[in-house]
Amino acid sequence: MANEVFLKLEGIKKSFGGVHALRGVDLEIRKGEIHCLAGENGCGKSTLIKAISGVHDVDEGKIWIEGEQVEHLHPIDAINRGVQVIYQDFAIFPNLTVAENIALNGEVKDRTKLVSWKRIHQVAEAAMEQVGARMDPDMLLEQLPVAGKQMVAICRAIINDAKLLILDEPTTALTEPEVERLFQVIRSLKDKGIAIMIVNHKLDEIYKIADRLTILRNGSFVSTGLISEYDTQRFTRDLTGHEFESKKYVPENAGEEIFRVEHLTLPGKFEDVSFAINKGDVLGITGLLGSGRGELGEALFGVTPAQSGKIFLNGEEIRIKSIDDALNNRIGYVPEDRLTQGLFMDRSIEDNTVVSSIRNYFHGLKLNESEMEEATNRWIGELSIAAPSPKPPVRTLSGGNAQKVVIAKWLNTEPRLFILNGPTVGVDIGAKAEIHAILRGLAAQGIGIIIISDDLPELFTNCNKIVVMRQGKVGVITDNSVDNIEL
Amino acid sequence: MKKGKRNSMLTSTQMILLYVIIVFCIIVGLRQPAFFSVATVINIARAAIFSACFALCEMIVIISGGIDVSFPAIGCVAMYVPMYLIDKGMGSQSAWFCFGVAILIGLGFGLFNSILIAVLDIPPLIATLATSSIASGGAVTIFGSHDYTSLPEGLQKIYNTNLITYVDPNTGFSYVLNILVLVPIIASIIVAFLLKRTMLGRGLYAIGGAKHAARVAGLNVRGLQFFAYIFSGAFTGLTAMIYTTLMKSARISALMGDEMIIIAACVIGGVRITGGHGTVSGTLLGVLLITLVQNSLNMLGIPTSWQRFVVGIIILLGTILTSWQTKRSLKAEKA
Ligand SMILES: Nc1ncnc2c1ncn2[C@@H]1O[C@H](COP(=O)(O)OP(=O)(O)O)[C@@H](O)[C@H]1O
Ligand SMILES: [Mg+2]
Repeated sequence: MANEVFLKLEGIKKSFGGVHALRGVDLEIRKGEIHCLAGENGCGKSTLIKAISGVHDVDEGKIWIEGEQVEHLHPIDAINRGVQVIYQDFAIFPNLTVAENIALNGEVKDRTKLVSWKRIHQVAEAAMEQVGARMDPDMLLEQLPVAGKQMVAICRAIINDAKLLILDEPTTALTEPEVERLFQVIRSLKDKGIAIMIVNHKLDEIYKIADRLTILRNGSFVSTGLISEYDTQRFTRDLTGHEFESKKYVPENAGEEIFRVEHLTLPGKFEDVSFAINKGDVLGITGLLGSGRGELGEALFGVTPAQSGKIFLNGEEIRIKSIDDALNNRIGYVPEDRLTQGLFMDRSIEDNTVVSSIRNYFHGLKLNESEMEEATNRWIGELSIAAPSPKPPVRTLSGGNAQKVVIAKWLNTEPRLFILNGPTVGVDIGAKAEIHAILRGLAAQGIGIIIISDDLPELFTNCNKIVVMRQGKVGVITDNSVDNIEL
Repeated sequence: MKKGKRNSMLTSTQMILLYVIIVFCIIVGLRQPAFFSVATVINIARAAIFSACFALCEMIVIISGGIDVSFPAIGCVAMYVPMYLIDKGMGSQSAWFCFGVAILIGLGFGLFNSILIAVLDIPPLIATLATSSIASGGAVTIFGSHDYTSLPEGLQKIYNTNLITYVDPNTGFSYVLNILVLVPIIASIIVAFLLKRTMLGRGLYAIGGAKHAARVAGLNVRGLQFFAYIFSGAFTGLTAMIYTTLMKSARISALMGDEMIIIAACVIGGVRITGGHGTVSGTLLGVLLITLVQNSLNMLGIPTSWQRFVVGIIILLGTILTSWQTKRSLKAEKA
């Protein structure tokens, strides 16, 4: 039963005007499996889902549901055959209650004329029971957080005898505990024999939840297989079509010490933290949320300075009691939430690039515009920021390119130490690899690099030293020859 | 949780409106003790009859995610044409004829609105503005603009039928409440039932809250939009004939300009202008408040020239209040 095929697609093609969204996709979903569909933004995942749910009529290709070939699938046919989709916007009613949102589709399907609020509540309670979600049935949906809206959408989907539940990027707007909660629900639905297809491109999440994986690129089918057949390297290669160096980072030739902290302490946050960075080192700091990893980074940049301990830069002791101290010592910091803290989204790439080094561009009272533009163009080239010119606002860039602008801003200040907190959160896998390569290059030039992250694979490949924080103290300091560490 | 629910009942839009209405009445009553009398109740009720009916129409349309600024024009044509036909000897004097023609005209324009909006996908504001111009401009061109002030037999009979007659013991004046006051009352009950208890009504909320989601759910979005505008049009025709009967007048521009005050009454009553929210009770309270303000400002000694201004301020405050309510309800999400 576990290997019975529920849905089979062959050579699916779909164009919109001149855009070939799908160029021949094969897919096979088995009963009771959790199947992950991965691919970079715009590669056609959502379009494929709409082909399965009958929203789009495909141009070419064949679809079988439970062994029966279907042609010109209509949304209502798909639903009647047990295909339920939870779209990125959930398609819920913000102005109606939880109970009504769950029960409405069924009422429409049954062509009910009069509404029985009692029945609506019963249906909703039963669905919430089955999914294991607890919500106030009389709450308006607009009052629920995203995760709650998603649960309502799931409850609604499964009451209509779902056999295949498709979720389009269900984790993008969720916090980590919410993702856990969602995965629990998904696993319990799988145990009930429902096939699940999830669109996701975060490998760590895919490992946690999926049985099998299908990868699309540019509208084309690339590969499919058991999750165990994919390691990071193959996943990245299939996803992006590029071979990325995932060799573990080892400095070419270790040099003299650049940066050292001794017994750094901020009571209640971290204590007695000591480590050193030599020329060529990329140092990783990791730990669970609340282990003090973030606070340590902020202390080194003077946001919330440490109370005691010593800090040495290039052999000289320095004091960092404020952000100004850090800037004067040429320390750069990319905050975790770059969108609100690191960038002026509506200003141009150029404005963002020069904002921290604006002093260098004053000639008397006049700003030297051409120098600013030249510098920005240079970074656009060096960091390969995908932008036609220095002028478009940062808001128009993708996550990875926006992150590169933050990096450009700091590189333009010629930092001696560069601290990055979660530098690749929300960044496409291709851009992620590029950012890693940039950081390695900087380290080789003698800039001290600190990456604060909870993405362990990221640290293992890119940092030659890793500081593991546990409850405010340095748990261990290790090199990257390990493959896993306890946090 | 129980407590939370009771709490939100006490601070619901309806309750707050009720407090405002009570405070307003007390202020007027302190200045003019005569305000607290059966006569006032009858006056206000009479004045609110058509506003309540129009507001119910508008509410349904707004809940469905639309807006209708064409009802005054539709109403004018609906009241004028039967009188014109009778005047030209082409109609009967019966109430059935008058109401029937008025309702048919309203229904026709409602159908026209719904074709523009649901089939041609024209934004409701633009579509109903166009309908409004077409209706009133066309009617003036075809039928001219006469002022009919005498009622045909059938309507006169209704005019003479009162539900309540009250003679003030002090002044000896008599106050009457026409039988037609039952129309908004019965309509309110029907509309409330429709909205709360039928799939048709829930569908209207659904398309007003999230049209796309409604389509995905398999609701007949177009059909629901047709219903909203056609119902609203037909009921507007009926209301227009009530107006003619009670005011003993049919003019081609009698109702023009009323749309703003009616939309304001809805919004004050908690109907969200963006669609998907609104109740009959809230809307009726909104109508009550606006009617009270319009009809008792002279009792407060506010000169007529200022009245429009004051009404404007009340509308503004009421709208701020409801949008504040909305924000607060959205903020509860964070809690
Ligand atoms: N309705 C549409 N009309 C025109 N182009 C579309 C439409 N839907 C998707 N596309 C295009 O098809 C491609 C794939 O889009 P999509 O399936 O949304 O990608 P994904 O979900 O993988 O990010 C994109 O280039 C997108 O611009
Ligand atoms: Mg998508």
